[in-house]
Amino acid sequence: MIKTFLFGIVLGVIVAAGALYAFPVVDQARETSIIAVAPNGGTIESFHTKIPIDRVMTGAPARGELVPPGLEWPVGDLLAGVRMEMFKIRNARDAVVGVGVRTAARRGDEVVIDWMLHLPARGSLIVSMEPQPRESGARIGTIVSGSREFEELEGALAERWVANQSGDDDAPLGRIELRASYLSQLEPALMEEAAQ
Amino acid sequence: MKYLLALLLGMIVGAIFLALALLYNPFAANRGASPLSVTDADVIALAYSAVPTESILYTNDGESMHAPRPDKVLQLWEAPIRQTSAMVSLLDNAGGEPAGIGVKFSSKSESSRPLKGAAIMDSAWYIYLPGRGSLFVAQQENYWPFLRQVAFPAWRSSANTWRGKWFGDMTSGPGALGTAAVAGASGSLRGRDMEAVESLSVLAFSSDQGFVSAEGRLLIAFPEPLSAAANPVR
Repeated sequence: MIKTFLFGIVLGVIVAAGALYAFPVVDQARETSIIAVAPNGGTIESFHTKIPIDRVMTGAPARGELVPPGLEWPVGDLLAGVRMEMFKIRNARDAVVGVGVRTAARRGDEVVIDWMLHLPARGSLIVSMEPQPRESGARIGTIVSGSREFEELEGALAERWVANQSGDDDAPLGRIELRASYLSQLEPALMEEAAQ
Repeated sequence: MKYLLALLLGMIVGAIFLALALLYNPFAANRGASPLSVTDADVIALAYSAVPTESILYTNDGESMHAPRPDKVLQLWEAPIRQTSAMVSLLDNAGGEPAGIGVKFSSKSESSRPLKGAAIMDSAWYIYLPGRGSLFVAQQENYWPFLRQVAFPAWRSSANTWRGKWFGDMTSGPGALGTAAVAGASGSLRGRDMEAVESLSVLAFSSDQGFVSAEGRLLIAFPEPLSAAANPVR
């Protein structure tokens, strides 16, 4: 019986090690990516966030704008002119696939508008937006860098506010549409077309 | 029947042996000092409180160890973001003065391998330093040394707490030397590629509430000297 017990110990070590090797300890839920091929050969992926139901945070100097209630946003000169918002990010099928942060800051002549998107199963990317929106109302930005799936990608992102026209009482106010264009070379004119 | 019981008992003991071997494996020790801690390059040194209750905002799935803050913050309960946390924190410079604000998204990584001593988090920082611009830090963090040396002793103690002094570099990639990839997004930092290492200094930890007293540090190094306009913090 002692031999059986000792054999069981060895077997236990092997089975436990095999289980740890074979079964992942982390398994991220994935939504299928919905990517369209653009006429110029690049690819376009659409995201959006519903306002206000997807808004996680609004940090701004004006107390009346703070979200969520109880947020203690720093006061003082350091973050004067800085507005930072955090949202849940949805794909074209309206499923939440990640989180994002949008920062708009003005300090003297310097205007910074950045988006950072974090899609847990895929990676993160940061986009630096143009200070002024285009005539169409869309604002275009350049993908500055990314991680994991987005590490080798270049391209652009267009953001646009789309107000809700349904008139339903329980409908969101609107949505911020984000269209990422993964290109080898940035072509803002095509991005603007895509945003429309 | 008794042989079957002996076999099952042996297998349980074997599995426990493996767990103990992983926890006390001397070959899975800390990696030592990060290459950036001895660099001659210009650096930006930033510090923040790693205690969620001391941050501006912290949220997760609402069922994890750390409680979201403020209480009414939207929780990340949807399946694709359930294993993700978000933290917004004020960042101090090396002199202890507020230097900017940072947002950190951290997600459990599928590249975690307990057999290799890898409890990996994929994390991304967005950092805005007023007057200087914004930064993007992408990294993998390995929490295995922290789990072995702090979290497990805290769980094992009768009070579910650990007190002491623990310091470790959390960043384990994607850089070849275990450094994070940093990109300047705007301002005077725009277009600069940098490296960074995030470290954690823990004084108290509770297996019920998480960090009780802990500070995080980010050391961001420039591969080439900064111009006077960029003005490094250190």
